Amino acid sequence: MSTTLITPTDSPLPSPRKVASSFGVRQLISSVPAALRKLDPRFMWHNPVMFVVEIGAALTTVLAIAQPFLGNTVHSSASPTSLAFIWSIAVWLWLTVLFANMAEAVAEGRGKAQAKSLRDSRTSTMANRVTDYDEAGDAGAERADFVQIASADLTLGDTVVVTAGELIPGDGDIIWGIASVDESAITGESAPVVRESGGDRSAVTGGTRVLSDRIVVRITSRPGETFVDRMIKLVEGASRQKTPNEIALNILLASLTIIFVVVVLIINPIASYSNAAQSVPVLVALLVCLIPTTIGALLSAIGIAGMDRLVQHNVLAMSGRAVEAAGDVTTLLLDKTGTITYGNRQAAEFSPISGIAQRALAEAASASSLSDPTPEGKSILDLALAQGVTIEESVGSTAVPFSAQTRMSGVDYADGSQVRKGAGSMVISWVEESGKLPARIAAEIDAHVTRIAEAGGTPLVVARRDSAGKGTVLGVVYLKDVVKTGLAARFADLRRMGIRTVMITGDNPLTAKAIAAEAGVDDFLAEATPEDKMELIRKEQLGGNLVAMTGDGTNDAPALAQADVGVAMNTGTSAAKEAGNMVDLDSDPTKLIDIVGIGKQLLITRGALTTFSIANDVAKYFAIIPAMFVASYPGLRALNFMQLHSPASAILSAVVFNAIIIIILIPLSLRGVKYRPMSVSRILGRNLCIYGVGGLIAPFIGIKLIDLVISLIPGF
Amino acid sequence: MNNTWLFILQILTLIVVLGLIYRPLGDYMAHVYTTEKNLRVERGFYRLIGVDSASEQTWPVYLRSLLAFSLIGVLFVYLIQRIQEWLPLSLGLPPVEQGLAWNTAISFVTNTNWQSYSPELTMGYAVQIAGLAVQNFASAAVGIAVAIALVRGLSRRKSLTIGNFWVDVTRGILRILLPLSIVAAVILIVSGVIQNFNPFEHYTTITGANGVIPGGPVASQEAIKEIGTNGGGFFNANSAHPFENPLPWTSLFEIVLMLAIPFALPRTFGRMVGDNRQGYAVLSVMGLFWIASAALLTWLESVGSGTASQLAGGAMEGKEVRFGIVGSTLFGTSSTLTSTGAVNSMHDSFTSLGGGLAILNMMLGEVAPGGVGSGLYGILMVAVVAVFVAGLMVGRTPEYLGKKLGAREIKLASIYILITPTIVLLGTALSFAIPAVEASVTGTSMANTGLHGYSEVLYAFTSAGNNNGSAFAGLTASTPWFDTALGVAMLLGRFLPIVFVLALAGSFGAQDRVPVTAGTLPTHRPQFIGLLIGTIIIVSALTYLPVLALGPLAEGLK
Repeated sequence: MSTTLITPTDSPLPSPRKVASSFGVRQLISSVPAALRKLDPRFMWHNPVMFVVEIGAALTTVLAIAQPFLGNTVHSSASPTSLAFIWSIAVWLWLTVLFANMAEAVAEGRGKAQAKSLRDSRTSTMANRVTDYDEAGDAGAERADFVQIASADLTLGDTVVVTAGELIPGDGDIIWGIASVDESAITGESAPVVRESGGDRSAVTGGTRVLSDRIVVRITSRPGETFVDRMIKLVEGASRQKTPNEIALNILLASLTIIFVVVVLIINPIASYSNAAQSVPVLVALLVCLIPTTIGALLSAIGIAGMDRLVQHNVLAMSGRAVEAAGDVTTLLLDKTGTITYGNRQAAEFSPISGIAQRALAEAASASSLSDPTPEGKSILDLALAQGVTIEESVGSTAVPFSAQTRMSGVDYADGSQVRKGAGSMVISWVEESGKLPARIAAEIDAHVTRIAEAGGTPLVVARRDSAGKGTVLGVVYLKDVVKTGLAARFADLRRMGIRTVMITGDNPLTAKAIAAEAGVDDFLAEATPEDKMELIRKEQLGGNLVAMTGDGTNDAPALAQADVGVAMNTGTSAAKEAGNMVDLDSDPTKLIDIVGIGKQLLITRGALTTFSIANDVAKYFAIIPAMFVASYPGLRALNFMQLHSPASAILSAVVFNAIIIIILIPLSLRGVKYRPMSVSRILGRNLCIYGVGGLIAPFIGIKLIDLVISLIPGF
Repeated sequence: MNNTWLFILQILTLIVVLGLIYRPLGDYMAHVYTTEKNLRVERGFYRLIGVDSASEQTWPVYLRSLLAFSLIGVLFVYLIQRIQEWLPLSLGLPPVEQGLAWNTAISFVTNTNWQSYSPELTMGYAVQIAGLAVQNFASAAVGIAVAIALVRGLSRRKSLTIGNFWVDVTRGILRILLPLSIVAAVILIVSGVIQNFNPFEHYTTITGANGVIPGGPVASQEAIKEIGTNGGGFFNANSAHPFENPLPWTSLFEIVLMLAIPFALPRTFGRMVGDNRQGYAVLSVMGLFWIASAALLTWLESVGSGTASQLAGGAMEGKEVRFGIVGSTLFGTSSTLTSTGAVNSMHDSFTSLGGGLAILNMMLGEVAPGGVGSGLYGILMVAVVAVFVAGLMVGRTPEYLGKKLGAREIKLASIYILITPTIVLLGTALSFAIPAVEASVTGTSMANTGLHGYSEVLYAFTSAGNNNGSAFAGLTASTPWFDTALGVAMLLGRFLPIVFVLALAGSFGAQDRVPVTAGTLPTHRPQFIGLLIGTIIIVSALTYLPVLALGPLAEGLK
């Protein structure tokens, strides 16, 4: 187990990087220049579907330009060949490509805004590099020699000294000293954090500012590869690589494209036998409508937006692969402390010994806690207050702080009487200094202590000695490990999604079991050592499960690396951050559940839009095929369900719909399909209804509406 | 009784009979391909060909064995046709001409049984028995073996091997096809199908006309022709010939034979992957297509088109009166949906839309229920694509039966789906695109001009590419172009897909199995059945809409 987590987790402060995720016309317009630049075929080539559209657009444009010079060379009995028609097709095909590029540019643009704020933090500073660091003799580098070098020139293994007010020049570990550091540039959290050498809080990040004291830092990154550098690359999408699932989907889309290229290529040889040959713009229009342009256009935007959503949650994924894996996770390992329970135990109940009033116990417990600075002590006062007991500090009393020897704390009054609270055995022997307790009382205390321990709590026995030195046990305070509210419901949601939760704790099995039952986790691992954790991950993976976990300590590093999704806390060591494939800047372990949701949402969005795109084909077929051949075979008018105005308007309407639907779906692809945890059948049923059936119907309506408009244009 | 009631009664009979067969036959086949015990005769055979039946093959080795086995088959059938005149029981027929011999050899080895010839005038009993009938067994066993290999891939964990081809083929022939054929042949003989080695008898009628009464070992061939979804007739008239199919009920029986194994294989699949519900889901998709298509064809043919058919009470042209509309449409639907290609009525004479439906049946990719083996592996390949897209929609990277569908798996399934349409469409287009070929096609081959003539060509390439074997009989296919092009189409249409199926089997087998959780996409529910139906329609059938519009649709929607 790692050390206790320091950061409060239940109220993440708003961070400056949570930029508004609204999507407006302005954003769209500002993406046009970038979208135009992306028309470069060398770039388009990476997206086979849209590359085919671009070729079609170029071909149609050339034909449109050539048409007046060549005359009507296409011997087409049927298909529309007016110049206005060809130009309209050409323009809308270019718009289709442009819209696709805009989708990507908008997605990237949002990342760029975040990258900019990061880059500002990376201003080059001068670093005090120690030239001859003597670790043994002069760990603090008090007598060492320095050279001033630019932070960009620091390399792996350099040692630098940073004093209050200076920026830390690069990522590294503190090897000497302790300092408070303002990490708001990275985390957006304005409260400074303490960093010190040794232990799990020794990592510092370049670009953050030391607020107090002086530290010696060993640089752990190469120039250009610092944490901030990587973050910038990630949010900008510069280092974005296609994820395995994206590659697979691309293959499917490419082969669908090939099928439709064949379908369109063979039309004219066959149609010319029936004197129904088609002009090239019509064939290009058919091809573009049939190939899956909608998903082809939005695929990379969906991927970028998925990463972006993580960043908005203040989580950095080291690869898109990790985000995908998050959606697949079947086992979640959750640390008890900080994730399932609040870090601190809280008083939940006063159990007086028979014959003692509840109020007397509450007063004594409060009195003994008045000067107790620990959260437990404070919670006792709160509980007493809730029961209407308030206590004033009496004059002349002395507080007795908790010590490891006595394992008790309390107060001594001026009149010689004393109150103590603490571990059962210690308090009892303190009371028995004035004579043995009656067996009945001892048994009663014992019953309370056992009951509380079995329920997963910590019993504190409270006792008093009067001025004569005679001791009385008053009762037992139940200190409870408080499970965060709403967790049980979330775990139930996860269970419905097929995700098993396992609680990891250093507690004994009895306590662990009680808390596990209360939190509603599926399983628990008690008295866990890092080795046990590692063992558990291996075992789960051997059974084919994908495991996600959080960790912050160096001893968590192997497990973080072994887990399929390892989320390192930003407060953790650099070893932990290196080993994990995500870093949570808020250091909130509960966020693991959100991360799984984001991964799933990314995959669902991809699948939903693919389904929509493919289902669209039906309507487009029924718009274009009758239009193509109706002149030669009037009977095919029966297939023109939509009663489209004319062949030219039918074909153009399909092309226009095909382009406009991309723009309409950009917000959805950036925001992601709505995702709520529910059973798989319901999710599938819902999405099939909306995107499958909707994908069948929507284009029928859309094309008809566009046709109504186009039919008003003279010549169509 | 009108056609509606006839249809309902007949299809219910078929459903009941096939329903009774489903479990025992499916379970038996699962047993055949999973047991470790060999029959004595099998052990002898393995010793003879030097195969260690206990050792298994990786997918490339399995594929090589399959290709070698099929190549030997092609060479043997070619050779035996070419030396026909020296063989006994050859009825004095001359050697088969080169182009036709190549086309026929490929046709029977690929389980297509496309016949560019009239058997009575071309093939003696020796070729029929030693060449064609043997391949009827062998090609069917190969089809089942490939399907089983794919199912093994799905059911195994981290296994490099997918079975032993020689064992699978041997068992398929000896334990499944042969026993079923013997039983079926006996029933057919009892019902009046001939089984003899008599030479053709010539006679003169009282009016002085000359006639021929053919003979031959028909019943034995007829049985495997249907059971192995081969479809190559002993006679030119195929199952419309009274010696092949004498009675209405033998016609129904032959439909059962065609459908028995393809419809039972989903059970085998469910059994082998350890979840019978998976088998029921696949069966439902197959069955729904079959019922819908049969009902639609029956309706189209009952309504007919034009005054002649309305007067006759249905489109009776090209149909046997003893089978009627329903007997013909049920047979036609089952034959075109199973890649059998046997006919008891002439599809060329169906109404335009009815003929178009027969083409569409084949265009579905022969998956409902498809050929023996090829139907199952065909539908599983489409299922992989359906699961891939739908699986994403539940928020997981997709998996089918615990196997992850990654880039490699999708590549293989996508290419598989790409192959057949490409062959069919290119073949049809080239027939009209190359001027010299077009002259031959329109001048010699087409019996009809215009749209129907084109539909005949489209039918031919659809039938060859999908390994069906039935034809619009109006087309004269024994020309150099069709002999060659259809031969290539059959060859590529059979073996290219098999390459990708076996590769996928290997890739699935090598994977570990992801455990099923509440988050896994269920592939046994009605939801998935609907999804798979939609995928088959959109991915397979819609591809062909333009070429259908130019032929049967244009013709039928006049």
